[in-house]
Amino acid sequence: MAAMNLARLIAAAADTIAAHAEELTALDQAIGDGDHGLNMKRGFEAVRAEAEAFSAKPLPDALKAIGTKLVMTVGGASGPLFGTLFLALGKEISAVPDRTNLTAAFGKAIEAVAARGKSQIGQKTMLDVLQPVHDALTGGKTAPEIADFADAAAEATVPMKALRGRASFLGDRSIGHMDAGARSTALLVRTIVETLEGQP
Amino acid sequence: MSNVGIVIVSHSPLVAEGTADMVRQMVGDEVPLAWCGGNGHGGLGTNVEAIMGAIDKAWSEAGVAILVDLGGAETNSEMAVEMIGEPRSHKIIVCNAPIVEGAVMAATEASGGASLREVVATAHELSPS
Repeated sequence: MAAMNLARLIAAAADTIAAHAEELTALDQAIGDGDHGLNMKRGFEAVRAEAEAFSAKPLPDALKAIGTKLVMTVGGASGPLFGTLFLALGKEISAVPDRTNLTAAFGKAIEAVAARGKSQIGQKTMLDVLQPVHDALTGGKTAPEIADFADAAAEATVPMKALRGRASFLGDRSIGHMDAGARSTALLVRTIVETLEGQP
Repeated sequence: MSNVGIVIVSHSPLVAEGTADMVRQMVGDEVPLAWCGGNGHGGLGTNVEAIMGAIDKAWSEAGVAILVDLGGAETNSEMAVEMIGEPRSHKIIVCNAPIVEGAVMAATEASGGASLREVVATAHELSPS
């Protein structure tokens, strides 16, 4: 992946999070502590500020740098969770990944997020988007299909009962609201695949 | 100092500081103690960098026990331990215990020269699971 492309990806991701910050906060206010949008925006703006330096690194190092920055700046529980996703991805990915390597690295990264959050599929978390996206990658789906899978997976967290995170304190009252972390994950997935598709 | 250190991590700096005051009242200066709370931007929350700083401040060769409040405090504390890395990370344990009672009991145990394992076990006894 060329340096310029990573910088574009970072900018696109930061734009998306900024554009949806209020929506994410509103989702989190319904069943969490209401800081998700602001936290994610702060983190991705911090990554954007160093996009040039990060993009100059080999891809694995760049992803680790992004992960570390997110851990340090996002805060909440999302900081370590999204940070771990990128840190683990950086640990597993090749400098010039093909789809097989990307899929395998993404799978390991999901395991790392699950371990960090002591969570699993079906508990109304970002994992409920990450895993279907991984399945779509494994199943040879196209980029637009993957983005749609991510959106549908985020929607599918609405009827779930939260079993992890602050929302789990609400028990059955968490049912009927989309998980904020699932939503931000789906937004990032769509942004990433659409930006990659649009690149030569 | 050779006694196990105690770190208190709350979403609220007021809770963290108040808990630390209660610990000090019990054990004086016999136990290395540090606290942190807040998201680093004036709001409620926890912050990996601040937790790493607190661990440094309370560092003891005997190890450090961390007491946390809600979920994000635990996740961020575990992240901080991982970022501190080996070999020190082996001597840092995030306790599964109520923050106030856990901190006071753990510190009292630590003040008698107990090992990290004993200090953590004392805190864990307070937790029903």
